[in-house]
Amino acid sequence: MRFLISILLLCGLFGLNACTEKSDELAIGEFGSLTGNEATFGQSTNKGIRLALEEANLAGGIKGKKLKLITYDNQGKPDEAASVVKRLITQDKVLAIIGEVASSRSLAAAPIAQQYKVPMISPSSTSPKVTAAGNYIFRVCFIDPFQGKVMAKFMTENLKLKKVAILRDVKNEYSVGLADVFAKEAVAKGAEVLADLSYQAGDIDFKAQLTQIKSKNPEAIFIPGYYTEVGLITYQARQLGIKGVFLGGDGWDSNDLERNSKKAVNGSYYSNHYSTESTDPKVQEFIQKYKAKFSEVPDAMAALGYDSAKILFAAMERASEMKPEQIRNELAKTQDFSGVTGNITIDADRNAIKSAVIVQVEGDARKFIANIAP
Amino acid sequence: MQDITQHLINGLSLGSIYALIALGYTMVYGVLQLINFAHSDIYMMGAFASYYVSRWFHLEDNPGIASLSLALIASMTACALLGVAIERLAYRPLRGAPKLNILITAIGVSLFLEFSGQLIFGADPKVFPSLIEDVPLIDTEFVVLKSLEVTVFVITLLALGILHYLVYKTKFGKSMRAISHNMTTASILGINVNKVIVITFMVGSALAGVGSVLVGLKYPKIEPLMGVMIGLKAFVAAVLGGIGNMTGAVIGALLMGLSEEFVVAYLSSTLRDALAFGLLIGILIWKPSGLFGKNSIEKV
Repeated sequence: MRFLISILLLCGLFGLNACTEKSDELAIGEFGSLTGNEATFGQSTNKGIRLALEEANLAGGIKGKKLKLITYDNQGKPDEAASVVKRLITQDKVLAIIGEVASSRSLAAAPIAQQYKVPMISPSSTSPKVTAAGNYIFRVCFIDPFQGKVMAKFMTENLKLKKVAILRDVKNEYSVGLADVFAKEAVAKGAEVLADLSYQAGDIDFKAQLTQIKSKNPEAIFIPGYYTEVGLITYQARQLGIKGVFLGGDGWDSNDLERNSKKAVNGSYYSNHYSTESTDPKVQEFIQKYKAKFSEVPDAMAALGYDSAKILFAAMERASEMKPEQIRNELAKTQDFSGVTGNITIDADRNAIKSAVIVQVEGDARKFIANIAP
Repeated sequence: MQDITQHLINGLSLGSIYALIALGYTMVYGVLQLINFAHSDIYMMGAFASYYVSRWFHLEDNPGIASLSLALIASMTACALLGVAIERLAYRPLRGAPKLNILITAIGVSLFLEFSGQLIFGADPKVFPSLIEDVPLIDTEFVVLKSLEVTVFVITLLALGILHYLVYKTKFGKSMRAISHNMTTASILGINVNKVIVITFMVGSALAGVGSVLVGLKYPKIEPLMGVMIGLKAFVAAVLGGIGNMTGAVIGALLMGLSEEFVVAYLSSTLRDALAFGLLIGILIWKPSGLFGKNSIEKV
């Protein structure tokens, strides 16, 4: 029995490989967390990319060649991300790679893409370290220092709250980066950080930290984590009777957020890449098309996946040759690209310069509150 | 200092859940001298059983004691059956084999369950339904005690009470204790060893089933690997109390819950797991038989 299964598996592997050998198609690689704790991140990004790819292929592909997407699941694990990216480059010979959402996984993959000189575009990793990995690594979203500043500004100036507690995911690059910048900016704007506590992704019990936070009685609690833990944290916080406002970053953006928190997260604010309430016809058109194809409202990860693919396709269209190096050079020249998540310009550090929005959670809806420019 | 009361409540509540799982380890060890590593995954399967039953019957729409009982029964039944199946298929054929073989089999069964769980249920976390209304019973500025917390505690006490009765007041309990004392003698005296072992597995697994529903209520996120960490912690708690000793397991688990709570609150969350395994190492060095364990001399 085991023998049979292994034979079948082997056949499957070779079968897949055989498919990727066609040369009249342009292979684009994608790696993402299609399963695991942040499964909606990977799934949404993947849907956004597929939508962009479908549009490009319908319009005749790039320079007469059809595009082809090869997607691998990294199960939300950095080491898995590194190994699938290596596979995309060495076995599937992709021209460019799109991924990941989580900074820790982008960071695991970036050195490999850089080593093999294949351009990698992260749709939504906000840690500054990601693009510092080398000149082949790009991103189409803003970075943590900006996001942290935006939330600190919003809290002190719009909400006029001065007493804040921070609960950060201590093993997560993104969360720590965001928490540090937020704390610094908040203090600079006259707020007081009453408590700065930590948790680790995968924990399910946060009552110890939350009890500590409750005893300090803050007006706001900044939780720069991912939606799975944020759901549990906000749920347990309300159980303990914490009344402050919850604030967060784009790691909250998932259609599962409210369900995970059993409604506790309603009324909270977080910074995001785009708002579905935007009146921009381009955004509305994207939402319509996405809804028609996947029958759900696209979250920010989907929008960024879509934009990153569009930017990549535009660069490929401009490139003189279909080689990773030429595509990289064209990517670096991206100027004022009008995307769903705003106007995107790639700066000298290969980061995107664009504005952020603040949204408020109201069930499955995200109410647009403010737009904060860089 | 008011928050200390809240920390005590949190810690005891966490500890009581560890206790339910730790008892399964300790009972099986008592009769078979086997560390059943698959126990934590039986617990996971229980959570999923009650999750699907709750969804099937739309239990979330009318939360209350009835819904909770139904979920508990579903989870306990599923766990008990799974426990029996594992004993029958994986452990019994190896009854005469060296201890190490059974131990490795246990690890194999554990991995098998974890990864079949990922295959069947998917690796992404699911949200456990609210089966009972959560109203505050005590809601002062310092201490908040919610009905959910109390329910968890009451169910734990109830389960422990029933277990105590079963082990110390019934004929089955007597045979179980006899087997744990000496299996060969017990079987010479006419005790049906296999039957008692099967029932022990059923009871231990059913307790894990109770634990899984309670965890689902308290921390509504379930996933196929949810048993790994909590199982290890419960195992450490069982060793802390003296593996094979049921009172020890409960006290070890409560100590574990409390110390975790205070470490996270006053030191750092990164030390949470370090504490658990630090405790294990400490116990193994200074008091290998645990707090309540008997020091038995190995006969050569």
